[in-house]
Amino acid sequence: MEDDCGITHEPSNGLCCSGRCADNSMNDISLESPAPGAATKAEPLLRAIGITKQYGTFLANDEINLDLYPAEIHALLGENGAGKSTLVKVMYGLIQPTAGELQWLGQKTVLAGPSEARALGIGMVFQHFSLFENLTVGENVALGLAPKESFAAISARLEETARVYGLPLDPKRQVWRLSVGERQRIEIVRALMQNPKLLILDEPTAVLTPQEADLLFFVLGRLKSEGRAILYISHKLDEVKRLCDTATILRGGKKVATCNPKQESAASLARMMVGADIGEVKAASGRTTTVPRLVIHRLSLDPDDPHGTHLQEISLEVRGGEIVGIAGVAGNGQDELFSALSGERLASGEGAVVINGLAAGLLGVTERRRMGAAFVPEERLGHGTAPRMKLSENALLTGHAASGMVKHGFINKPATLAAVDRTTKSFDVRKAKRDPEAASLSGGNLQKFIVGREILREPGVLIVSQPTWGVDAGAAATIRQALIDLAGRGTAVLVVSQDLDELAEIADRIAVMFHGKLSEPLSAAEATREKLGLLMGGASANQSTAKTEASDAAGA
Amino acid sequence: MQLVLEKRAERSTAIAIASPLIAVALTLVTVGILFAIMGKNPITALYVYFIEPLTDPFSLAEIAVKATPLVMIAVGLSLCYIANIWNIGAEGQFLVGAIAGSWLAVRTNGTDAGAWVLPVMLILGALGGALYAMIPALCKIRFGASEILTSLMLVYVAYYGMDYLVRGPWRDPHGLNFPTTAPFDPAATVPALIDGSRLHAGTLVALVVVMIAAVMLGRTIMGFEIKLIGAAPRAARFSGFNSDQLVLLTFAVSGGLAGLAGIIEVAGPIGYLQPDISPGYGFTAIIVAFLGRLNPVGILIAGLFLALTFIGGENAEIAMKVPQDLTKVFQGILLFYVLACDSMIVYRIRLVSTFRNPVHA
Repeated sequence: MEDDCGITHEPSNGLCCSGRCADNSMNDISLESPAPGAATKAEPLLRAIGITKQYGTFLANDEINLDLYPAEIHALLGENGAGKSTLVKVMYGLIQPTAGELQWLGQKTVLAGPSEARALGIGMVFQHFSLFENLTVGENVALGLAPKESFAAISARLEETARVYGLPLDPKRQVWRLSVGERQRIEIVRALMQNPKLLILDEPTAVLTPQEADLLFFVLGRLKSEGRAILYISHKLDEVKRLCDTATILRGGKKVATCNPKQESAASLARMMVGADIGEVKAASGRTTTVPRLVIHRLSLDPDDPHGTHLQEISLEVRGGEIVGIAGVAGNGQDELFSALSGERLASGEGAVVINGLAAGLLGVTERRRMGAAFVPEERLGHGTAPRMKLSENALLTGHAASGMVKHGFINKPATLAAVDRTTKSFDVRKAKRDPEAASLSGGNLQKFIVGREILREPGVLIVSQPTWGVDAGAAATIRQALIDLAGRGTAVLVVSQDLDELAEIADRIAVMFHGKLSEPLSAAEATREKLGLLMGGASANQSTAKTEASDAAGA
Repeated sequence: MQLVLEKRAERSTAIAIASPLIAVALTLVTVGILFAIMGKNPITALYVYFIEPLTDPFSLAEIAVKATPLVMIAVGLSLCYIANIWNIGAEGQFLVGAIAGSWLAVRTNGTDAGAWVLPVMLILGALGGALYAMIPALCKIRFGASEILTSLMLVYVAYYGMDYLVRGPWRDPHGLNFPTTAPFDPAATVPALIDGSRLHAGTLVALVVVMIAAVMLGRTIMGFEIKLIGAAPRAARFSGFNSDQLVLLTFAVSGGLAGLAGIIEVAGPIGYLQPDISPGYGFTAIIVAFLGRLNPVGILIAGLFLALTFIGGENAEIAMKVPQDLTKVFQGILLFYVLACDSMIVYRIRLVSTFRNPVHA
């Protein structure tokens, strides 16, 4: 695959290779003195040399070399499980490598912990935020900083940094009131307040609307122009091509290539990430929609935990032969909607959820499955499967309701094993033995098993949450194809996903969830990224007119 | 060098089988050291404790008699523990079962009531234990009260309730003021299996309980439900199982089995109700359940082993003048080792070399 990579430049052959280079002017990076652009390759800020991390017999990182330069946005590309997170955790001092070393400005460095990394000038924004929901923005930031500064001073500095970078934040707001994008802003501003020379961002756009992502890219561009190094972890190729100067691609714990993403095609990058061509998802031809098989009628539901989302009057019809997508930033009520549809939580009236023409709102999961519904939750381990149970038992987990696996209360063990074999064959589930524990499968294979388990029951209604979240590209293509084929056979499919590309690929209509409300579905043709992005951010036709009226009133 | 606890990719079947054996071996070594500290010869002491009872038919029968309640209670408890529900109060359910069944024996005492008395006593015993176990179960479901505390505290309520009955209303008028009921009539007594032996028909009941539990856990959807709720509660809810119902069910079954064991103990080897009907069977059964890996057949073996410690303890008290409380010390050490060894099923220990250079400034 290396030949696909046009200009593989190995900076270790460059200016500084001995590690004995003296410190030079890189120390004075600061807001006041922007460093020159990346035109001249200076000494690398941080070098990772032969980083190896072994867990038991598993090599998470295998002799990875990586050089990060000032004023450069460096992408770390790879599928889930390729070793990106492990490498980054080593660079942030969270874990110690089994072998290999880090060099900071040419000097060998051992990072005993994140505080040492921060002291050197390495900042990190994690994919999962570490914020206290019940505290204010200012309190959260103060908790992460050195205690010598007064709270008032921190708040002032927070507002100043936020203003300078165009990331508006009110220090007095409580975190639980903020959107996911705003929460990420806190993390970024908190990292910037320590004036880092290197900022590491782990999949930052995974939780953002397209518009929020654009704002983030603008800020990153500015940080680069200030001479900071940025390590940008992602698996979204378009983003990387647009934003990054250099890309290092990992696969299976090994470095595959370092290249300039702007000179690569998305297909060639994908090939390096996956190691094989990815099958195109083909739409089933001649799909016709029939009668509504899933009807949600004015479904309202209180959250069952204090920070949950209140579902408000959700209505939607999904016809047989149709795939409807629900987009939205995580935490806008998708989880609550899923449990109300699956029957894990009951609606307030029996007509709120209608499956195959039968009122199901007050019926439990098992009854809904008997009506011909099937469900795939977002969490694979612990929700969709019991991790420490065998696959045959996990087949029984949803199969006990209606598939001849249970007779007079006794389990038909051969039937459960047969279901595992069928799923394995139809969905190419790779596993070490016939009936292993669910937790021993890789994410992609387990997801294929879970989706296959439900699809092979030939449900009339399938409700899937995040069908390809954290799944390798090959498995994702298999799963999407299976959903399209299932709809082609007349099933009503509802897909809840944060991945707009995925929805664009498979959905016939797309609705957006925001603050527990569901928008009117748009047809796939009208659902542009811009329109969806605005809906994901809470704009709607009504709201925007209301806003204009309000400002008119204020002006009058 | 550094000791690291690492998670295994899959549960180790080899360790799952070996773990109780390792625990027993470690217990024997520790106990041997204890004997040595007490100035006794460890080899002789271990022989008296663990080998001698096996050479004598009377002691063998006694082991079976002691193992009967242990196994019955432990099978019930294992259902709770598999489902991650913590019934610690089997001792209390055992006592209430004994009281409930004895009520009929006391009422029919001296009358010529027929063969129906014993079966009804057994049913009353099981019902009494099950109903008593409903108190912590309902408190857990309704108010979220910790069943560990409520079930444990109810043990003492049961004990003093029984103490009051045998010292007060149910005391044998011809019993020379001893706090006991009158001896039960033959119609209210569990028959002996062999004439002249204390081995009684209750042992067969225990064996049937083991078999039913083994089939239920291994083959039925109810067994699957119990295992699933313990292993992954959210997946169990997704599967359509109701955890509140399961709390009631497992408490009812374990309480019922403890109650049944209680009335069999009173109507069998003892023959009347008195304050000291249990040397702590309900608590020892917790050890039996874990030593038997929460598996009915394993529990049968573990029950026999723990019964051996009771008989061996009595032997050692007579032969070597060691305090009988030593038995409880053994049982505690054994539980400790069992739980420690069990963590090796999911984890493994590795020695990892650490190289941590000082950080330069």
